[in-house]
Amino acid sequence: MSSPLRMASAIVGAAETEELGVIPDKSATQLHADAAIRAMEDAGIKNTDIDAVLTAGSPTQIAEYLGIHPTYVDGTSIGGCSFMLHVAHAAAALVTKRCNVALITHGQSGRSRVGEGGRFGGVSSSPSGQFEDPYGTWGAPSRFTLPFVRHMQDYGTTEEQLASVAVAQRRWAEKNPRAMMRDPIDIQDVLDSRTICWPFHLLECCLVTDGGGALIMVAAERANDFPKKPVYVAGMGESVEMTMISQMHDFTSSRAFVTSGREAFKMAEISHSDVDHIMIYDAFAHLPIFAMEDLGFMKKGEAAPWFAEMKSVPGGELPVNTNGGGLSYTHTGMYGMFAIQESVRQLRGEAAAQVDGVNVSVAHGVGGMFFAAGTLILTNDATA
Amino acid sequence: MMRLVVPKRPFPQPTPETQAYWDACSNHKLTLQRCLDCEGHPAYFYPRPFCPKCLSRNVESFEASGKGKLHTYVIAHRGAMGFQDDVPYVIAVVELDEGPRMMSNIVGVEVTPENLPADLPVEVTWEDVEHKGRDGTVQKTAVPLFKPIGAMS
Ligand SMILES: [Zn+2]
Repeated sequence: MSSPLRMASAIVGAAETEELGVIPDKSATQLHADAAIRAMEDAGIKNTDIDAVLTAGSPTQIAEYLGIHPTYVDGTSIGGCSFMLHVAHAAAALVTKRCNVALITHGQSGRSRVGEGGRFGGVSSSPSGQFEDPYGTWGAPSRFTLPFVRHMQDYGTTEEQLASVAVAQRRWAEKNPRAMMRDPIDIQDVLDSRTICWPFHLLECCLVTDGGGALIMVAAERANDFPKKPVYVAGMGESVEMTMISQMHDFTSSRAFVTSGREAFKMAEISHSDVDHIMIYDAFAHLPIFAMEDLGFMKKGEAAPWFAEMKSVPGGELPVNTNGGGLSYTHTGMYGMFAIQESVRQLRGEAAAQVDGVNVSVAHGVGGMFFAAGTLILTNDATA
Repeated sequence: MMRLVVPKRPFPQPTPETQAYWDACSNHKLTLQRCLDCEGHPAYFYPRPFCPKCLSRNVESFEASGKGKLHTYVIAHRGAMGFQDDVPYVIAVVELDEGPRMMSNIVGVEVTPENLPADLPVEVTWEDVEHKGRDGTVQKTAVPLFKPIGAMS
């Protein structure tokens, strides 16, 4: 049987940068953009027609810079052959309808070294180096947190409701011997912990830990050839929005979350009421609030009161972050792997704080500081 | 022994696409760009030589009003390198009257949540910054900060 990718995709636009050689008046990012805009002109399409961005490095940066809102991204960066892989990955994505029009870009100021990033002695030419770092940002706690005050303003969300997310997740961690933080806490404990970046306190910021995780995947038809109960990937979604928090389109809603979640539910062909269990990457306590709203589990403004009413805790309406999350379980820096691991444990029935009857689990991850999102819908039901 | 002197603010190193913006800043002029092909000539930020909406290269720079509203913020109780003595300080997103939003600091006001209601009207004020390169060359510009309208900065 021939590959479903055989003769199944085509290149319809191609261009190089206007100039080649020595180009001291364009940054590396602008070289990507120059080639990309010319390729779009070659194909007779606009940026709004493109829904996949593939580049060796940061597809997030390219999407932001070119005003593209993708449903498929690939940053495979394995050296000079990366673009052959991008063509192959784009083919698979196009054939499987993860996207309709894919843009693959390359730009490098290899000779002139203009805007190639890097920072030494307080100087950087990257966008965040120019437009955020000069204002005294110092990493995630000072930037990831920025949208929340707007959410408070627009929806009446309170400091106490934010704190309740940390309290709810600790309730799960109490049941989990592998969780780093297991002592019971209440809202006052959270509000009394050290203020890091108001309105965020220490207990509303993720842990910093060491650890790792790994997954093995095979084709579904082989899934029963292994000792453990299979967990099937029913749906997946992804998107990126920007590389600077100050350029977020709506500070009360992540566009990447909305798009990623919508695509995942569309592929899985399930409704939100079919979901038994949710894992949300919680680098900070506002992320479960944003994600529950942006993934469509509730309307804007409803998630924070829902958490405050302790609806996500053991025995509650819908279990969220049942390992204790990044706030109480572990957070190595790229926590997404641990969210997937807990979804798998719950679907196999082997979690430390096992929830009864979990057949469908959503694992939603964030990349950067609301910069990117990936959503998986997993199930143990082979007939789903 | 060589001493590493850490400037208070990381110096923004322009690229060719942002050079005009930072040159204007050094003269205490806040500029935006606008698309002459999009309806209503919408302004955009940060600088790039094409419209991020329609990709037209038919764009121009113009001097912004320097007025806007506090859109969202945090109050940093831990300081970035060089900012340790400034805590608590405000890391903010300002929505300019022309539409685009940018990160900045709010100065000229005692830093409390009560003094910083969302949509507080603010106006630009400037802080000169310079960077001494390893070869001894000195680069200068100014960073746009914002203060409540009418406040002393
Ligand atoms: Zn335009």
